[in-house]
Amino acid sequence: AAALGRGSGRPGSGGIRGGAAMDLFGDLRRMNKRQLYYQVLNFAMIVSSALMIWKGLIVVTGSESPIVVVLSGSMEPAFHRGDLLFLTNFHDDPIRAGEIVVFKVEGRDIPIVHRVIKVHEKGNGNIKFLTKGDNNEVDDRGLYKEGQNWLEKKDVVGRARGFLPYVGMVTIIMNDYPKFKYALLAVMGAYVLLKRES
Amino acid sequence: LRKNVEDFTGPRERSDLGFVTFDITADILNGENGLQTFWKKSTLIIFDWNVKQLFLYLSAEYSTKNNALNQVVLWDKIMLRGDNPRLSLKDMKSKYFFFDDGNGLKGNRNITLTLSWNVVPNAGILPLVTGSGHVSVPFPDTYETTKSY
Repeated sequence: AAALGRGSGRPGSGGIRGGAAMDLFGDLRRMNKRQLYYQVLNFAMIVSSALMIWKGLIVVTGSESPIVVVLSGSMEPAFHRGDLLFLTNFHDDPIRAGEIVVFKVEGRDIPIVHRVIKVHEKGNGNIKFLTKGDNNEVDDRGLYKEGQNWLEKKDVVGRARGFLPYVGMVTIIMNDYPKFKYALLAVMGAYVLLKRES
Repeated sequence: LRKNVEDFTGPRERSDLGFVTFDITADILNGENGLQTFWKKSTLIIFDWNVKQLFLYLSAEYSTKNNALNQVVLWDKIMLRGDNPRLSLKDMKSKYFFFDDGNGLKGNRNITLTLSWNVVPNAGILPLVTGSGHVSVPFPDTYETTKSY
């Protein structure tokens, strides 16, 4: 979605006018190599900027995944599938009961968003804690690794600090329907490559 | 916020298990639990247009020889916008087992029970607020043999 906004503020910027299809192919034929390279560079710049923003967020929040999408209903009615969560993972932030944390079980890829319900912290800073989804009857011990009874700081991806509803649905749809993802990418790519700035 | 508790401990395997019964009286809207001072000039209404729900929880915090800090959530409740903001619960048993990591409950004189809540907005920041009232609870020095609970 980052691609669509760029450059459209310039006066007289092209984009696809009325009688679109015929104009489009006309434009294509008339575009010389130079213009094509220019468009490709433009596109590459957009992609790089998006990546830089993402990396910047990782640095600023201290979390390897500062924005996550809720995949299950285990935290309803607070969070539903498709909601977006913003995380921070500052090293000095203590883990306390009641906080919503996103963690990864060792050996599994998918992070889980649940609430901390038990904390035992030693004087030297060693913490072990237990989590449970608001909408689940039992705590998460069944989700942890075989024989694992507690989570540790190293398992934490981040703490949920803010949230936006529904916005993450796009990611879920793209995951479940890959054809949709390719179609979306194709449309975005075509738009950026063919858009002409006069 | 007022809480009254009676309690006794029982050993389970190798860890102490505490049993607590409590009453909770809280008035979330009108600031009897200290919310008024926290929000200062903003309106007294905690359930404003951007609040979807409050996740309330009663947690016990204490220190033991084994661990400098322990926090255990004993009870929780989801209060949706539109629900009655006054809580008046009597003789509640803890929803979750109050296990210690070790044997730190026996003879522990200072267990602090606090009511806190997580504000879940329709969109935006997720703050955690601690109510101002809290109650200190001592556990006895001896174990009780299993009682029906």
